Amino acid sequence: MNNIFSIHTVRFITLVIVQVLIFNHINFLGYINPYIYILFIALFPIKHNRIIVMLLGFSLGLIIDLFMDTGGIHAGASVFIAYLRPAILKTSFGTVYEHQSVRFSNIDFGSKLTYFTLLTVLHHLVLFSLEIFSISKILLILQKTLFSSIFTILLSVIVTIIFSRKTK
Amino acid sequence: MQQIINFIIRNKNFLLFLLLFCISLLFTIQSHSYHKSKFINSANFLTGGVYNSINDISSYFNLKSQNEILSEENRKLRALLQNSGIKADSVFIDSTKFNKTYRFYSANIIKNSYSLTDNYLTINKGKRDSIKPDFGVISSKGIVGIVDRTSRRYGTVISILNTTSRISAQLKKTNHFGTLKWSGKNPALVQLIDIPKIAPVQKGDTIITSGRSSIFPKGVPIGVVEQFNLDAAENFYEIDIHLFNDMTNLEHVYIIENVNRAEINSLLNSDE
Repeated sequence: MNNIFSIHTVRFITLVIVQVLIFNHINFLGYINPYIYILFIALFPIKHNRIIVMLLGFSLGLIIDLFMDTGGIHAGASVFIAYLRPAILKTSFGTVYEHQSVRFSNIDFGSKLTYFTLLTVLHHLVLFSLEIFSISKILLILQKTLFSSIFTILLSVIVTIIFSRKTK
Repeated sequence: MQQIINFIIRNKNFLLFLLLFCISLLFTIQSHSYHKSKFINSANFLTGGVYNSINDISSYFNLKSQNEILSEENRKLRALLQNSGIKADSVFIDSTKFNKTYRFYSANIIKNSYSLTDNYLTINKGKRDSIKPDFGVISSKGIVGIVDRTSRRYGTVISILNTTSRISAQLKKTNHFGTLKWSGKNPALVQLIDIPKIAPVQKGDTIITSGRSSIFPKGVPIGVVEQFNLDAAENFYEIDIHLFNDMTNLEHVYIIENVNRAEINSLLNSDE
């Protein structure tokens, strides 16, 4: 129990620092940044209470907002995906999720990719809608969502492959 | 009563989601309205401290380009001094100390941002250095933004690359003035609107601040006209301005305080 808590604390702090100090300054083609910190919400153990995931997602987003001077857009988007996470898990993993036996280390690549994609696209859509906050600029929102999502998904998959523990 | 409690327990996930989402929506709306008090800003002890210590390291990486910018500014100022007729051997009076409308402070940008639609910068000067909200921020090349919030040691600046920012600007050759804003697309281009159709705008014209807002003095350079066309009503020009400043490469900035600002504002407010 203690071990699990410390892993997630370390992951939380590392993701915040890496996001704020490195990934916010990539600005690929001028505006494309990956938002890798949602990996924390994606990889949080499933058996835990939904309320804990939402509260942690909210505080994670708020800390990112604090660093970026963006009001509450990251907090809102993180709470949104934290709330919808069970539904996304069900669509991407199907019956395995029903038995509460999903472990992120031993599921096949395809469903993992679906899971990350759904989570990332939803997060980015809410994030950029809140950031731009105007329906007349819907094309800009969709454009930013598309490009940043591709970047984030790519990086999330790479990071999970690099840091996955092969002990089964 | 029993039913209400049951309802809350049954829907506790959704209610918590609604509560947290509303809180973040509130923060978001606050950040979109100009000059509302904000809790979430990077001028606090924690984030300012982190950015400051990282800036200590990362400032070495662009030392060369920053040195070139500073020495270019020195060259300009030296040329100005030589041609102004003030003898270098005459009695030196520090004229910055008294009887001046504008006071200048120097500061470093410790967090730059230009890829969002509402960009804020963080500077390493705050209340302790008598920096207050609504002071202007410029660099050696041109305008940067306006101080938004200050903590004891740090401050946030609303960049001109912020869709809520509005700055009064004018043509250098005539006195036609308009409002400077940003469309949120290209960090090198800002938009000048409300310039009347009668103004003789041409490609390559210089745009400067108009000094009407009591934040910036008149004549701070902004940029040159890149292209212009009439707006939908065909009464005013919409002008794209290419900034003199490279907003993606900022380090040393100057903060301008208008000493008479309180007096000007009280005069303006008494008219209403």
